[in-house]
Amino acid sequence: MIGALTLAFAVALLGAASFLRPSWVRVVGALLLAAPPVLLVSERWLGVLVGAGAAALAFRFLPIRVLRRVVFLVPSLVLLVFVTTALMYAAPGSPFAQERVAAPQVEEALRAQYGVPRSAIEFFGVYMERLVVEGSLGPSLKVQGRSVGELLAPALPVSLSLGLLALTLAVGGGLVLGIAAGVWPRSWIDHTSMGLALVGISLPNFVIGAGLLIVFALGLGWLPVAGWGTPGHLVLPAVTLAAPYAAYVARLARAGMLETMQQDFVRTARAKGLPERVVVLDHALRGAVLPVVSFLGPAAAGILTGSFVVETLYGVPGMGQWFVKGAINRDYSVVLGTALFYASLVGVLNLGVDLLYAWIDPRVREQL
Amino acid sequence: MVGEVTRGPWSDAWSRLRRDRAALVGAMVLGAVAAACFVLPALIGLDAVATAPGIRHRPPDLQHWFGTDSLGRDLFARVLVGGRTSLLVGLAATAVSVVIGTAWGGVAGYYAGRVDEFMMRIVDFLYGVPYMFLVILIMLLFSDTARGDLLPVFLALGLVQWLTMARIVRGEVLALREREFVLAARLAGAADSRILLRHILPNVLGPVIVYATLTVPSVIILESFLSFLGLGVALSWGELVAEAVSVVNPIRSYWWLLLCPSLFLAATLLALNFLGDGLRDALDPRSQP
Repeated sequence: MIGALTLAFAVALLGAASFLRPSWVRVVGALLLAAPPVLLVSERWLGVLVGAGAAALAFRFLPIRVLRRVVFLVPSLVLLVFVTTALMYAAPGSPFAQERVAAPQVEEALRAQYGVPRSAIEFFGVYMERLVVEGSLGPSLKVQGRSVGELLAPALPVSLSLGLLALTLAVGGGLVLGIAAGVWPRSWIDHTSMGLALVGISLPNFVIGAGLLIVFALGLGWLPVAGWGTPGHLVLPAVTLAAPYAAYVARLARAGMLETMQQDFVRTARAKGLPERVVVLDHALRGAVLPVVSFLGPAAAGILTGSFVVETLYGVPGMGQWFVKGAINRDYSVVLGTALFYASLVGVLNLGVDLLYAWIDPRVREQL
Repeated sequence: MVGEVTRGPWSDAWSRLRRDRAALVGAMVLGAVAAACFVLPALIGLDAVATAPGIRHRPPDLQHWFGTDSLGRDLFARVLVGGRTSLLVGLAATAVSVVIGTAWGGVAGYYAGRVDEFMMRIVDFLYGVPYMFLVILIMLLFSDTARGDLLPVFLALGLVQWLTMARIVRGEVLALREREFVLAARLAGAADSRILLRHILPNVLGPVIVYATLTVPSVIILESFLSFLGLGVALSWGELVAEAVSVVNPIRSYWWLLLCPSLFLAATLLALNFLGDGLRDALDPRSQP
């Protein structure tokens, strides 16, 4: 019952998100932004206080474009939980199916204890209720006596630092290569960086990773082969993860740079007698990075996806491994926990991209 | 399918493509790889499964061109047979994504308004989900099927790769539905389905072909990810690379195990990218001088 109602509400809000009037978007968006502190802060009264503060600040200061995204994001997450639940229930097998056939009463008792009813929509209701009322991701169904929160907590900083470092490398490295290529087209810099970009785009990242592993870890011995703990462990996974996206960013930046350098305002800047360095860095760069900024959202999602493979390759104890393990073991709550983490991270990064976009492009800023 | 009227632009595109050396080389490499994978093993009697304990981990020599793996199986045969899976998955999953993406984008763009808004919201929602999740979850649905059955992979990869195709087609159709020839067809009493299939679809074929060519390599990469994670369903290049990575150790290097499948994978993906870029230059009217 709770499940069906929550689902209907989420779908309705999702459908309405693009028709809501701006004043309503402001109210609903601010209210939804209050939800995370209320759920996440362990002291309920403190959470409510922080949530109210966040809502008030959001209502007053956040651009409407960002609030509209929030109104879209929260019901999407609810829908994601439902879709994931439905797919897991539809798959053969269950968390309580074991080699040894247990008595039906035993399975019923386990289902009652862990809160896993037989129908997907009921489980969805139980899960959402627990998430909203207790702010908890529930017990793991496979790892005895541990909650999903306890299992994922150590993996969170690992995945987060790996992902953010990879994103920084992808954007930084890609921008440098692409802008250099765009400023001096047809030079050796252009050919080298576009050659590198082609390799990065057309090879799967674990092939690049395996090559790096053999050269830098086994051959030269500069970096550790696998594992986690020191900054050195972070280098190879982050470079591997960043490579395809750095390549794509480089291509976008080069194309953007070539196009912007033809624009009238660049010619004007040159005609004013500005030095070439100022023309490139102050005037042209702004236009060239816009396509890169709008690629940041998809790049973040892709880097998180790629991390499944890279974590396996380098034995990094991150969230991706929990997802794969949970999916194979039918540990519903672990899968839902990781899915929520990844999807909210992508959502928050997209929010950041919107703000960044507005900050860089004055034409967008005026629409806010 | 294309009809008399559109012969002009299509033959223009063909002549542009023929002058593009990178695209031609790409097409030839693809043809060679496909021929090698599908014809060669039967032609010269290669066996990808026969084990030979006596010749484990042999480096390449005249008898085993790519060396042997940890069970003494001939790596050349395994690379060629694995290539069949990778190529088939690339083509079939792309076909699934083209069908879904074109239908979805076509209907959304043609009916526009609320229908469009609703259908594109669903696309937006799916864009926000890291797609590897959906692939793995859809693969779970088929966890009972036998090894070697490729249908689950076709569906799982096709079902997550149609989003960009839907957006591209929708954008084209939104512009096309306002054109006079569509109005003329409607005045002549043509049904919506006929207008969509006979009048609008041929006009979006160019962008669809270009994007489909660029989808094939990303599908092949995704399949190799799945194989790498141990979720693959048949011998493929990704699985061979995964096997090679699993025996990487500081003492002895079995470089051929990693290099040979990677080279085939890289050559195929590069060729597809070159061909896709060439097709885009040939078919995209905006890039014409």
